[in-house]
Amino acid sequence: MSEFLAMGGYAWYVWMAYGACALAVVIEIAAVRARRKRAFDELRMSAAPQTPSMLGARGSR
Amino acid sequence: MLINWYRFSSPVSFYPLAGSLSYAAGVLAALLVGVGVVMALIVAPTDATQGDAYRIIYLHVPAAWMAMFIYLVMAGWSAFALGFNTRLSAMMAQALAPTGALMAALALWTGAFWGRPTWGTYWAWDARMTSTLILLFLYLGVIALRNAIEDPRRADRACALLTLVGAINVPIIYFSVQWWNTLHQGSSIGLTAAPKMAMMMVAGILVMTAAAWCYTIAVSLSRVQAIIVERERGASWLESLIAVPEG
Repeated sequence: MSEFLAMGGYAWYVWMAYGACALAVVIEIAAVRARRKRAFDELRMSAAPQTPSMLGARGSR
Repeated sequence: MLINWYRFSSPVSFYPLAGSLSYAAGVLAALLVGVGVVMALIVAPTDATQGDAYRIIYLHVPAAWMAMFIYLVMAGWSAFALGFNTRLSAMMAQALAPTGALMAALALWTGAFWGRPTWGTYWAWDARMTSTLILLFLYLGVIALRNAIEDPRRADRACALLTLVGAINVPIIYFSVQWWNTLHQGSSIGLTAAPKMAMMMVAGILVMTAAAWCYTIAVSLSRVQAIIVERERGASWLESLIAVPEG
């Protein structure tokens, strides 16, 4: 196992490359999920049952 | 089999299709990444000249290919958006830019960590490296331009134009190793190593490339769904989605 992790002396280079790719994928997936959640939250807000005062606040159409 | 493809040029009918395609591509990407990483790090033997440092190739080559390919797809959608004034094509281009930027950044990053042990430097102003850096800046420029323009339809046209003008950079990257006598080597798959080894390497690279493809499809279709929800707000069909969140 430690031999595997050592990557024949190139551990720093190999794991920096693989680690960055793994991190990038995790961050991008999280970012897309957050964006979807935000988009749906905003949609829900704009589609919420509207009282006249809310319409006024949003600027009625 | 007759399919009315025009139907999918409308966000209403495209939205659910994007969801199922994204899911399928995501599952496939996870499987391929699993197989590909095992091949890359465990099954593939150590390279005779480069030692284990060469294992970066399984990330570097797919990332670099995807960075170029995504740009071409983005340019295709942009041309479509300009020519036919279809907003869904512009949304597809918009959805691809961040993933393209990520691939370009990863190609440069993994290249740096491969270049250091093999060439002795993380970075050089080599023709291919510089043109790939420009590719990253083009992606970031398109994203920044989109954020700078308030009206989405005007942003669509401006971004499409910038994307198409920047497309000239892709053949420059591709042919840079032939046009200039430069540090980055040319295509070396199957040329330097023993046949059995080369087969293993090529197989690993192809699996990782397929994984990157599926990943890109999954993540960009998921993002385009978010973009549709952001941009089509107020359309009555969207409000039916809220009942089943993330439909």
